[in-house]
Amino acid sequence: MVSLKGVNKHFGPLHVLKDVDLEVDEGQVVVLIGPSGSGKSTLCRTVNRLEAVSSGTIRVDGQVLPQEGRELAALRAQVGMVFQSFNLFSHMTVLENVTLGPTRLKRISKAEAENQALTLLERVGVGQQAHKLPAQLSGGQQQRVAIARALAMDPKVMLFDEPTSALDPEMINEVLEVMIELAKEGMTMIVVTHEMGFARKAADRVVFMADGEIIEDQTPQGFFTNPTSERARDFLSKLITH
Amino acid sequence: MNIIFDNLDLWGLALWNTLVLFIGGAVIAVFLGTVLGVMRVSSVPAARAIGTAYVNLVRNTPLTLVFFIFVFGYPSLGLPRLDYTALAITAIGLYAATYVTEVLRSGFNTIPVGQAEAARALGMTFGQVMGHVVLPQAFRSVVPPLISALIAILKMTTIAAGFSVLELGAVRANLSERGENALGVLLWVALVFVLLVAIMSLAQRSLEKKWKIIR
Repeated sequence: MVSLKGVNKHFGPLHVLKDVDLEVDEGQVVVLIGPSGSGKSTLCRTVNRLEAVSSGTIRVDGQVLPQEGRELAALRAQVGMVFQSFNLFSHMTVLENVTLGPTRLKRISKAEAENQALTLLERVGVGQQAHKLPAQLSGGQQQRVAIARALAMDPKVMLFDEPTSALDPEMINEVLEVMIELAKEGMTMIVVTHEMGFARKAADRVVFMADGEIIEDQTPQGFFTNPTSERARDFLSKLITH
Repeated sequence: MNIIFDNLDLWGLALWNTLVLFIGGAVIAVFLGTVLGVMRVSSVPAARAIGTAYVNLVRNTPLTLVFFIFVFGYPSLGLPRLDYTALAITAIGLYAATYVTEVLRSGFNTIPVGQAEAARALGMTFGQVMGHVVLPQAFRSVVPPLISALIAILKMTTIAAGFSVLELGAVRANLSERGENALGVLLWVALVFVLLVAIMSLAQRSLEKKWKIIR
């Protein structure tokens, strides 16, 4: 479903992605973990070309990512994205946030889009908040709205860029639960996260990155019990001591 | 009071012309200012360069000079003839657009980059991101300075008096010919402007209330 081949990315003198290859099959849940600055967020953002790569090819559902323009916009519509800082449109109600894409980009009638949006909001547990503004919601609720907004476009893949990193601890679970549900339903997902519990519970693969390279790529079971690389062992030991 | 009621014909015409200049100029300024503002944040280097050059060139020129160029320069270009009022509206609009652009640009800066990214990630083109997400919020956050720019446009209209357009700024000269006291006329002119600006301030207050964004 998603395929990266020989992907390099430079930020000025910084080489943040070094010859990265990654294949994600349909229905797979891949968790990207690694120390900060390892390039995992950048990798996630290259998949819908929010970051343009310096070299290499990226395919989504077989189609090579086009240049900036209408074609790229059409492809992005098939790739859902959830951000660390939620990024809801603050001048619109929750319901309008979710219906904007379907009505303006997919030309679905307003009534139909609202029905669909209310179902989605119900599913992520914020149906009661449909007519409020984003700022009136808690962080956890906002993030669940953001997930509903992405799902409303009926995406083939969902990208999660540290979706729980900006949340208070007691709100992390309500978001993770929605994501676990989504994984169970067979959504293809690429998730950048520090939530090892989520990786254990919902991931098919754990991809460990450091210094712009993929160091390990294996099952959660294998990664957490028997990491093969020194870097991964070091990383995990730091997590467990706290 | 006699200054008003003995010369109602002149006051009416002057007020009408002032409003025509103001509304025409404001419409051009807001429209062109928005286009230039969007150009200045677009990813196309040429568009950014043109936007920046326009603002720097036109904003740094005195309005009177812009009027001169239009009123005397335009007819010599051999293009379709326009009357003085139309030329004055164009001059005001092209000039004031630079202020709208800069006001709007500070509005763009109030919108978190993440929201534009989220809009792009949904599959919106640059134009859709601007139209649905960035511009509506930018305008809401710049209501006070935007109304100030509009008030400035209202006062710019008086310069047209020097270019054969009978508006409120030209009333004094005309009424002096009819033997009215110049200072008295000017005080009345000032009062009319104060009233017009008061109306705009009221509009500003209601817009600010209506468009309050909770962040």
